[in-house]
Amino acid sequence: MPNQPTVVLDAKAMERTLRRMADEILELADGSDDLAIVGIQRRGVQLADRLVALLKARDGVTVPRGALDITLYRDDLQTVGPRPVVGKTELDFDIEGRHIVIVDDVLYTGRTVRAALDELADFGRPSRIALAVLIDRGGRELPIHPDIVGKKVDVSASDRVDVHVNEIDQRDAVTVVRKEGA
Amino acid sequence: MSAPRPVLLAGGRIVDPSQQLDAIGDVLVEDGKVTRAGGKIAGPEGARRVDCSGKVVSPGFVDVHCHLREPGREDVETIASGARAAAAGGFTAVCAMPNTDPVTDNQAAVGFIIRQAQLAGAARVYPIGAISVGQRGEAMAEMGEMIGAGAVAVSDDGKPVVSAHLMRTTLEYARNFGIPVADHCEEPTLAAGGAMNEGIVSARLGLKGIPGEAEEIMVIRDILLARLTGGHVHLCHMSTRGSVELIRWGKDRGINVTAEVCPHHLHLTEEAVGQYNTNAKMNPPLRTAADVEALQQAVKDGTIDVIATDHAPHHYDEKEREFADAPNGIVGLETALAVVNTALVASRIISVHDLVNRMSVLPARIFHLPGGTLRAGAPADVTVFDPAEAWTVDATRFRTKGRNSPWSGRELTGRVHLTLVRGAVAHELAG
Amino acid sequence: MTTPLGKDLVGLEHLSRAQIQLLLDTAEPFKEISERAIKKVPTLRGKTIVNLFFEASTRTRVSFEFAEKRLSADTVNVAASGSSVSKGETLVDTARNLEAMRIDMVVIRHGSSGAARFLGERIESNVINAGDGTHEHPTQGLLDMLTLRDNLRRLDGIRVCICGDVLHSRVARSNIWGLRTMGAEVAVCGPRSLLPSAIGEMGVTVFDRIEQAIEWADALNILRLQLERMSAGYIPSLREYNRVFGVTLERLDRAPRELLILHPGPMNRGVEIDSNVADGPHSVILDQVTNGVAVRMAVLYLLAGGRADLAEAAQRAGDDR
Repeated sequence: MPNQPTVVLDAKAMERTLRRMADEILELADGSDDLAIVGIQRRGVQLADRLVALLKARDGVTVPRGALDITLYRDDLQTVGPRPVVGKTELDFDIEGRHIVIVDDVLYTGRTVRAALDELADFGRPSRIALAVLIDRGGRELPIHPDIVGKKVDVSASDRVDVHVNEIDQRDAVTVVRKEGA
Repeated sequence: MSAPRPVLLAGGRIVDPSQQLDAIGDVLVEDGKVTRAGGKIAGPEGARRVDCSGKVVSPGFVDVHCHLREPGREDVETIASGARAAAAGGFTAVCAMPNTDPVTDNQAAVGFIIRQAQLAGAARVYPIGAISVGQRGEAMAEMGEMIGAGAVAVSDDGKPVVSAHLMRTTLEYARNFGIPVADHCEEPTLAAGGAMNEGIVSARLGLKGIPGEAEEIMVIRDILLARLTGGHVHLCHMSTRGSVELIRWGKDRGINVTAEVCPHHLHLTEEAVGQYNTNAKMNPPLRTAADVEALQQAVKDGTIDVIATDHAPHHYDEKEREFADAPNGIVGLETALAVVNTALVASRIISVHDLVNRMSVLPARIFHLPGGTLRAGAPADVTVFDPAEAWTVDATRFRTKGRNSPWSGRELTGRVHLTLVRGAVAHELAG
Repeated sequence: MTTPLGKDLVGLEHLSRAQIQLLLDTAEPFKEISERAIKKVPTLRGKTIVNLFFEASTRTRVSFEFAEKRLSADTVNVAASGSSVSKGETLVDTARNLEAMRIDMVVIRHGSSGAARFLGERIESNVINAGDGTHEHPTQGLLDMLTLRDNLRRLDGIRVCICGDVLHSRVARSNIWGLRTMGAEVAVCGPRSLLPSAIGEMGVTVFDRIEQAIEWADALNILRLQLERMSAGYIPSLREYNRVFGVTLERLDRAPRELLILHPGPMNRGVEIDSNVADGPHSVILDQVTNGVAVRMAVLYLLAGGRADLAEAAQRAGDDR
């Protein structure tokens, strides 16, 4: 039996964290001109939606939101096999010259972000790409660093970090499941 | 040839329909002949005694239809390898079809086969001459000369006799010599390009089918021509329920028609083709379960007279290819007894007595060959088999050069233990 | 089973509903890639695919090639003419030679039914059937189903009539099996001389007149009539075929509902289909072509997946979460 999950962010804390991240995004981008937010499938997309909504509530601006499915850009098809179903990539705006903020739920090895950067490059040449993650759990295998972090958590390789979002999981929370006996 | 040592086959179940014999007893073979069959026999001095208890001792099997490929395709089979395969399958005599290269359509070619068979020294091999020169279906081959040289029948097997006129004149001419005319019944325009039975399996696999009617049209034509001519038509490898009905119709009217069926058509259906198994490809093709059942009943009631193998070895390369392009035919000499026994005797459709009748007594009688009996004075062509022994077919251990068997790896019941030809051991199962 | 589809794709007859569903669902996101400025993703980078075409086929080969290239695979085209095949080399030798060059996948088009399975049973690489004799053409069946699903929003319960030379059609067989597995009602309509005699056992309705088919169906999939069927004595003339079985605007006008018109191509305009039908509002023939690339990308992607044991190990290790 795995251990019970511990909550590291509850719904309220998650809301506060996202609000702070939205502020940091505006600050980093020096305003909302040319800004676009792109979430990584799956839960990165819901987080991107939240950030877009927060920006609108705060400054009354509508920032375009895109979605990336990086399945086809993974470097491990050989070993993990295909994901059963490939998600949709939606970029309904021209990314050329824009300031793009990639949003994902958890940053771990960095391979997902590497794939997302590759995929974005196939769509055009943004003027700048930044990375915003709700959770940074360390353990990077590539030289990739987030520009904006919601919360850092210190966990071991065998622990699991789960981000739950209302839209998919019917609740907002970030939990950690520690390895048995740890 | 020096006379072999006398053999006493002791304590077996003697099954000889030629003299209505079915009893436990001994069979004594001396000087290449059966000297006594039945009862308790005290073996003469120096006789080899073979314990046959639990086994059947019968007149040797006779196959009126096989392809030994020599001359022309000695890489696939020779008369010697075919004769050894025959003996291993309990056959003491086989008839070789003339579709060799060159075609066996003259007395020299017939003489060649007889000489090769004598050299081989296993089962007896009787040549069948071609009906037409080069099997081209046009001019009649020299039937009288071939029979003079040792041919026992004529046939263009592998191909049908398309011309009704040629079939008619051949049946008429064959009456002068008292031999059967064996026909491969296939209406060529209906069968053209066909690779298997026409039905749901061919529709699923996308293979061109051969309808049963392609066979039946020629069956009724041949029966009608036999009626017209009074000649003896022998119908090769019958495969459909419809053919059985037509033969029954002919026999009911006293027409001189005989018919054979192959072990595979008594045991397997078109489903054996599975996913393009070329070892289930032969012509005529495997048919439906209803056809198999009708053929089994026809063997039981005598509508079909004899069981013949249509043994057709092919090089493994030739079968290792796309289904439509693979050649027709399977090897059958070494599995015939087991397949017939499994399909008909073990399932209690016919008795061992019927099996011996249709694999030995009647083929010899219909083709006017020696053998097919254990009467005193008859040639000592004898088969000893165990109808209850189960064994797994392993094509790599066949005596034939062919490996193209749909039964390889399958378990069958009924196994040949000893084959005597002219009183000499032509095959003996080790152990 | 190395992938959710097994090693090879030789036909739709033996695929489950879940497998076909997976193929069609996977094709969806691939449609979008072909709309991008850079129509390429790196998914199959480093994979070598041989397109082994023993029969001439421009559209299927080009469609596979686009699919392969958009997934970044390295592709080699081998056509029967000009290769050792025309020098009498057997299919099994051709296959072994290709395999010895360490390829990953073979897309095979061959004139003999069963050729794709034959190849798949003899080589380690994945084999995709691009049409074998009169047996199956699974990717065509899939793209037809994807097109039907796009337009009718479902496959379950829809009525599709396959019109024409079903006897010699691999497209017909793949459609019949695939559609029936997905719960559609399937009918055929054509000259009885061009239907398999066992059609009654294939689980389809048979219409003798095209008017009946039009009245019944939600969609017609109109097969190409091979012109040599006439000389082979299956039908009297092309003119009569058009008169009796041709799908014309006049006939469609009497349909009780909107009909979708599919055709696997290449079309004989004025024979099995009239030009104003092919180019008309009912026609989804060009959608079929577009979907063909997406479906083939999905097949390549799903078959290219790695080893199941490694996949499980990777999943146990927690992926990148």
